Amino acid sequence: MLDKAVKDDVLAQALSWKEAGKRVALATVVQTWGSAPRPIGSQLAIDNDGQMVGSVSGGCVEGAVIQEAITLMEEGGHKMLEFGVTNDEAWEVGLACGGKIRIFVETVN
Amino acid sequence: MDLQLLKELAEAKEAKRQVVVATHVDDGNSQLLFPFETDEINPLLEAAREALRRDKPTEFEDGEDKWFLNIHNPSLRMFIVGAVHIAQKLAPMAAASGYDVTVIDPRRSFGSTFRFPDVHLDDRWPDEAMDELAPDRRTAIVTLTHDAKLDDPALEAALKSDVFYIGALGSTRTNAKRHQRLTNKGFTEDDLARINGPVGLNIGAQSPAEIAISIMAEITAILRKGSTDDL
Repeated sequence: MLDKAVKDDVLAQALSWKEAGKRVALATVVQTWGSAPRPIGSQLAIDNDGQMVGSVSGGCVEGAVIQEAITLMEEGGHKMLEFGVTNDEAWEVGLACGGKIRIFVETVN
Repeated sequence: MDLQLLKELAEAKEAKRQVVVATHVDDGNSQLLFPFETDEINPLLEAAREALRRDKPTEFEDGEDKWFLNIHNPSLRMFIVGAVHIAQKLAPMAAASGYDVTVIDPRRSFGSTFRFPDVHLDDRWPDEAMDELAPDRRTAIVTLTHDAKLDDPALEAALKSDVFYIGALGSTRTNAKRHQRLTNKGFTEDDLARINGPVGLNIGAQSPAEIAISIMAEITAILRKGSTDDL
């Protein structure tokens, strides 16, 4: 129930940002290995001011995803991102939980 | 993703249609699929259908083409026939599991707000209630009264629909008698095989709450895995 409500909110927010004339990107978890924090299909919407709604991890990689999303908004297109964990990265943009995820980022045109 | 597609997706969700967003991960293009609204057969539609059934997004490869299928299913619903003690335990468990729950019982002393404070109650006869509630592929139906007058009309309506789960409370003996009555009404062996009875997984449940757990577990297994065969 909660997951469904969140999913609905993400798309509704993406639509309303777009209608307000903003640039918008969507990030979607397309694959997970191990103990990933959010299931496949989870989404994050980002606008050109860096505002976000939804999540693709427990906050571990959102920062990096936003950077990529903002770059894509300027350059257009789409990109597949992969995040895993190494000890050095764990507190940077890796997953502290030890999982691995692939995230598809695209702009809404 | 095109803005137009996002708008169409929002409309489809509003209309409670089962829709899949199929994104080609190499070229980045997306399309909407309504796999239950077409008779067309192809591997992509079949994968989309399966993803909706399992309620699970998935990756899909067809030769060189790689797709990500994100699913959008309307809410799950559960209709419980019989506002009995087990229903008092099952209704909140189902709600916590994401189901919109309706408890159907024309007997006012059973289906009272005193007994079911936060549950949607329907005091019509099951056949009448079912007619309007229109059970569908995203619905589970559980009959709990033991009373043929109440359970049978609900089971008949369930068997005529494509609900993903039908469960009927009652011992093996009660279940056999029920089968006989439904056979006399013209239902086939295949129809009757859709009824899970005695209801619930065999976990040795005794109390109403434990029986509710066994029912919820059975429904979850059938929703997520398609069967309880490997349990």
